[in-house]
Amino acid sequence: MALVVALAPLLVGLIRKVKARLNRRRGAPIIQPYRDLMRLMRKEVVLAENASWLFRSVPYMVFAATWVAAALVPTFAAGLQFSWTADLIAIVALLGSARFFLALAGMDIGTSFGGIGSSREMMIATMAESAMLLTVFSVALIAGSTQLSSVSMYMTSSAGLRVTAGMALIALVIVAVAENGRIPVDNPSTHLELTMVHEAMVLEYSGRHLAMIELAAALKLLLYVSLIACIFFPWGIATDGSISGYAVGVLTYLGKLTGGGIALAIFETSIAKMRVFRIPDFLGAALMLGLLGTLLLFVSRSL
Amino acid sequence: MVGIDVAALCVGALFSLGLLAILFANRRLARTYIYSATIVPNAALAMLGVAVLAGVVGPSSTVLPVGLPWIGTHLRLDHLSAFFLIVTGIGGGLTSLFAIGYDRHDSDGSDHGYEAMRVLPFYPAFLGSMVAVVLADDAFTFLVSWEVMSLLSWGLVLARHHAEETRRAAYVYLVMAGFGTMALLLAFGLLTSGDGGYAFDTIRAGAHSPIGAAAILALMTLGAGSKAGLVPLHVWLPLAHPAAPSHVSALMSGVMTKVAIYGFIRVVFDLVGPLDWWASPMIVLLGAGTAVIGILNAVLESDIKKVLAYSTIENVGVIFCALGLALAFRANGMAAHAALAFTAALFHVFNHMAFKTLLFMGAGAVLNATGLRELDGLGGLIHRMPTTSVLVLVGVTAISALPPLNGFASEWLVFQSVLKSPDLPQIALQIMIPAAGGLLALAAALAASAFVRLYGVGFLGRSRSDAALRAEEAHRVSLAAMASLAALCVLAGIFPGVVVDAIAPAVHDMVDSRLPVQTIQPWLTLVPIAEQRSTYNGLLVMLFIAVSGSAAVWTIHRFASHRLRRGPAWDCGFPNADPMAQYGAASFAQPIRRVLGSVLLRVHEEVEMPEPGNNAPARLTVRSRDLIWEDVYLRVADTVAIIATRMNSLQFLTIRRYLLLVTLFLVGLLMVLTLWN
Amino acid sequence: MNDFSFDVAHLLAGGLVLVSFMMIYQDRLQALITVFALHAVVLSASVAWQAFVQDATHLFVTAGIALFFKGMIIPTALHRIMRRLGIHREVEQVVGAGITMLAGMGLVALSIVLMLDLTAASGDVYVREDLAFALSVILLGLLMMVTRRNAVSQVVGFMSLENGLILAATGAKGMPLVVEISVAFSVLIAFIVIGVFLFRIRERFDTVDVGALDSFRGDKA
Repeated sequence: MALVVALAPLLVGLIRKVKARLNRRRGAPIIQPYRDLMRLMRKEVVLAENASWLFRSVPYMVFAATWVAAALVPTFAAGLQFSWTADLIAIVALLGSARFFLALAGMDIGTSFGGIGSSREMMIATMAESAMLLTVFSVALIAGSTQLSSVSMYMTSSAGLRVTAGMALIALVIVAVAENGRIPVDNPSTHLELTMVHEAMVLEYSGRHLAMIELAAALKLLLYVSLIACIFFPWGIATDGSISGYAVGVLTYLGKLTGGGIALAIFETSIAKMRVFRIPDFLGAALMLGLLGTLLLFVSRSL
Repeated sequence: MVGIDVAALCVGALFSLGLLAILFANRRLARTYIYSATIVPNAALAMLGVAVLAGVVGPSSTVLPVGLPWIGTHLRLDHLSAFFLIVTGIGGGLTSLFAIGYDRHDSDGSDHGYEAMRVLPFYPAFLGSMVAVVLADDAFTFLVSWEVMSLLSWGLVLARHHAEETRRAAYVYLVMAGFGTMALLLAFGLLTSGDGGYAFDTIRAGAHSPIGAAAILALMTLGAGSKAGLVPLHVWLPLAHPAAPSHVSALMSGVMTKVAIYGFIRVVFDLVGPLDWWASPMIVLLGAGTAVIGILNAVLESDIKKVLAYSTIENVGVIFCALGLALAFRANGMAAHAALAFTAALFHVFNHMAFKTLLFMGAGAVLNATGLRELDGLGGLIHRMPTTSVLVLVGVTAISALPPLNGFASEWLVFQSVLKSPDLPQIALQIMIPAAGGLLALAAALAASAFVRLYGVGFLGRSRSDAALRAEEAHRVSLAAMASLAALCVLAGIFPGVVVDAIAPAVHDMVDSRLPVQTIQPWLTLVPIAEQRSTYNGLLVMLFIAVSGSAAVWTIHRFASHRLRRGPAWDCGFPNADPMAQYGAASFAQPIRRVLGSVLLRVHEEVEMPEPGNNAPARLTVRSRDLIWEDVYLRVADTVAIIATRMNSLQFLTIRRYLLLVTLFLVGLLMVLTLWN
Repeated sequence: MNDFSFDVAHLLAGGLVLVSFMMIYQDRLQALITVFALHAVVLSASVAWQAFVQDATHLFVTAGIALFFKGMIIPTALHRIMRRLGIHREVEQVVGAGITMLAGMGLVALSIVLMLDLTAASGDVYVREDLAFALSVILLGLLMMVTRRNAVSQVVGFMSLENGLILAATGAKGMPLVVEISVAFSVLIAFIVIGVFLFRIRERFDTVDVGALDSFRGDKA
């Protein structure tokens, strides 16, 4: 559990550094996000006059839900204590509750920016969550269970060329990009109203509250990268419980994180952000991929 | 005195309370006494139901000498009835508790005495008739109780009859209820076609051809489905549920729809016997389609009670989808999978009663405090009505299927049963069920959006009207009722295994199998099928969230600055003091309306912008057409009107023409007799 | 080995259905023609794999023809036609992309259910799968033709329909080379004729929108 919290800002820093390098800038050091979080924690919170108790407690709720979800994904070892609670649908739903409360916080102060962020976020969430659940269905139909440890163990043992798995991977990548607010869905470093979704919801937060929310966003990104690694690239995850197995698991996990971060940075640099109302088409493609993957799976099964 | 006698006594008590209300309605404190007295039989019924399910009291039946002379009234209390007695008992009892504190100072001001004669006599009798439907053991009692239930609820819908829209809602409701009862009559006619015996035992023993069984299923879907709110028979629900007083709306949405589902389950799973597999895809698709259409309409409505009514339609769709899955599995002999789907359906019935009743109570509290049902007049209520806001937040979180509350537990079970579809032999079912699962996932995501919108626009933000600025907290008795339901939502979410084990005897009666015993699993995990390794543990999820939340709070308090300063909202440097500048109900729904509304609801938006320099306000018009209403119902109504107009000419014939009609008819009958012989 | 070769065949045939969906998703003509070229490449790969597995050398020729004509010549010709006609527009669709894709899903499900039931007697998995996917591709090609207003995109839909026919023929393992060549040539002739017509239509009416042609019918009373 502590591992994911410690690594999340590092992943964000790595992605920013790689993007900067690709833009021929030097970029901030990789540990800059840690410094940003420290700085935010030391600052005073400026709270709007009509903020309610919900506004003040949402950062903790969002962080707790995202941390639990991120901690449940098997990172370097499967079959750990409580690993049987790591149900894919439960993880999707935990992220859903984090998003639910964040959207409510956006509406709390009663500004138009909060409304913009919350309404667009819920539209994206509607399509992204359905696509995610369809992808979970495909994966569960391949692996025979929705429990992540058994999924990754199945994928390690019976690797084969599977069209459905490929389609599920692409769909999951699309959903991950949408849910984390990366280009082409949302620009994580913008403050223009035309392009804001996540930033608009958290516009009124400051100080330690904003630190919690930023850390939760980083944890969500780490969760999605770990999820893709655990399901589709499960080699190296320790299953036997030995110290050497754990060490190998940790090393491969760090390698997967690095690879995922670099791939995301290259993807973001090479593509432009979409108009808001083209995002449903983009996510609709993920939905169709999930459906098509399930159909193809039934064909190959019943032959 | 066996269980069924206690139950029959409670029904009698409820009906006599209705009569007492007629006699004493205009006394002071009559409503307090009547509502308090209604709580007692409901509580007794709920406890009786728990006792039967736990095995403390055995199933029993009786024959009362009332009713038709050669039939009597058969009543039976078995495990399925006991479960639904719990649903009606808890729902009815807590609603009565809420009603004691509701509408104390009549804020719509028009009709102070209306409640005395228009609501009080009907209310306990309505509860009694619902229980009678659940307990009925012969066709006649069932149909009579069903019709009495419809008529009494129609009377309750008409309580505020001065409003035009209430009268229209009641008219549509009456027509649809009549149609539903006719379908049920036909279904029972087919069921008793063997030897004409009315008792359910006799019906159970009869056999039906596959076509006959499918016809009975179709008729039951029409009849019970229209009362429950299946598309396309749902049109009365968003009209009638909001028009009734709030505690009655809570009962109609939370309890009456469940009684309709009970009727469906009783006939389709118990009385009709084995059904072929090709009968089930229709139910699954209808359920999934209902879920999506219902919740899409909920996202676009701006009246709180209409949003809740459409959300009821969505949840009924989910329940029917799970029931269809159970039918498909049972028809293929896969009893364990059928048990999973059926348990999911019953669990969702219980959960929906809990959170929908809670939400309608919240809407009633808001209506009582502000006199408004429109979301665009509310806002900022979290400051004025703090306790109500917390309790409604629990309800909203539960209905959006978020862990660790109860909505998620039943949705998880439904998804697990969808994931069992590859075991089915028919490839058409194999392909269709994940598609239905996708539709259910879309409905769940849309539900979260709908309720973020409802809570965010209604309770958060700044007040958009004076009424919302001056709102006052609800009465503490009403708050107690809401708090009990909220506690039920939380407990059912953290300990879903307990609920699943309690439901198991009812499941076993219907599908001959049950889920493995849950309460002996480590950490009270929910394990649907023993050999499958998908598990969900509500308790652990909640503990994890609590632990990590506390760790976060402790770390922040230890290492971060404690300073806090209040100031005006940042709003990117352009603060706007007008509360109407914040997002309203229509604006929040705009992205979803644009993406999904143009297809299903033919939504059309128009903006009239005055030219620059003109100070007139811009105007946004949103037009939507309900395709089902226009293409199905209005067409049928128009056809009936045309036929009626044509036949009107029969009123104005001469005497010779009438004689000619009679002669022709007589000659025709004689010819038929000749040909027949 | 058997499992692996089936997996590859499944991958290529499923990929063909996927590329058909990608064609429906496109909304620019240039991109549509490029995706059609990809369709032909995936088809030829699938046919070549079948040739390898079934040990039928004439199928290699079929794959080569598909690659050469449909993967290279026809897309280039279409690009040139487009440049000369001066159409660089978007593909006008009758209904939105979302509904078309959903309808496509339904058609794919229908063809899978139908073909798997019909061929249940045969035990050969390659044949059954090829036929199911081939029917899907044919129906998706028809769907493309029905939901597009632009004549060029209708031609592309027709070509992709023919690709589905080739896949079905491969699966049925018995189409003689002569029939193969004659089918390919007839499609080529049809294509040339359609191309000529496109030019004539454009000259006459200044548009290739088939909806606009309706207004020139002389039967309004």
